[in-house]
Amino acid sequence: MDKISVLIVDDSSVMRKIVERSLRQAGIDIEQVFEAGNGAEGLAALSQGKVDLILCDINMPVMDGLEFVKSLSGVENGKGVPVVMITTEGSEGHVVQALSAGARGYIRKPFTPQQVKEHVLPVLAGKP
Amino acid sequence: MNASDPNLAESERNESWTPLLKLASREVFELMLSSSLGVPPEVLTDQVLDITAMVGLAGHVCGIMTLRCTSQSAALMASKMLGVDVADAGPEMWDAVGEVCNMIAGNFKNKVTGMGDTCMLSVPTVITGADYSLHAPADSGKIQITLLFEESPLIISLEVND
Repeated sequence: MDKISVLIVDDSSVMRKIVERSLRQAGIDIEQVFEAGNGAEGLAALSQGKVDLILCDINMPVMDGLEFVKSLSGVENGKGVPVVMITTEGSEGHVVQALSAGARGYIRKPFTPQQVKEHVLPVLAGKP
Repeated sequence: MNASDPNLAESERNESWTPLLKLASREVFELMLSSSLGVPPEVLTDQVLDITAMVGLAGHVCGIMTLRCTSQSAALMASKMLGVDVADAGPEMWDAVGEVCNMIAGNFKNKVTGMGDTCMLSVPTVITGADYSLHAPADSGKIQITLLFEESPLIISLEVND
């Protein structure tokens, strides 16, 4: 797998670092990591460059994760980028909402690095 | 039994929710901090729990979840989550303890039948200092558990506004 650039959107800086570490532990070769503390910052971060993968929380101030995912197709570098949600909102209803909004994967917090690997690698490989 | 039923008697609710809150807390610490929470002794050592993280619940069930611990425990949580020395984790401890409280609240509500879809969580807030009182509405019910994290107590409470 080629090196990839990743955008991690979460209002917790600790969680953003854990997600990055989990991706590296999954064997994903990361060239660049962009970080954002909410959906609006995430959309702004995309203007700095293209990314190959987005990992996104749901409950965040300013703009939540579902709104962010819905907005992606309307911004430069956002269209078609696969999104995996990583969130404490783990109900079936939230999963359906996220997938309907355009997310390709869903990981519930708390999680293990193995779960990140199992959910992210198929998404990067373009599998449904 | 639908444990999120607001008509459920308080004692019944406490009986069914308390083990779920313990399980939710233990899972968060095991998965995210690689740490097993212990059972506290009957008499706790006198430690000042000067960090409080709070997450609000709104919807079918309304209330507030709090996690209280010492600042040393909060720094240790950040250290374990980030994989860095405690001395280097200090600036992140408020973020870490807030996120731990958030994950416990989310994990708990996902374990209570019917609560996952009908109850939203707020983003966490963290208070530093022990000299304060939390005033919940008069008709609120409370469940509280105490667990040991690396020999220091954690008090996790859920106050429900009926």
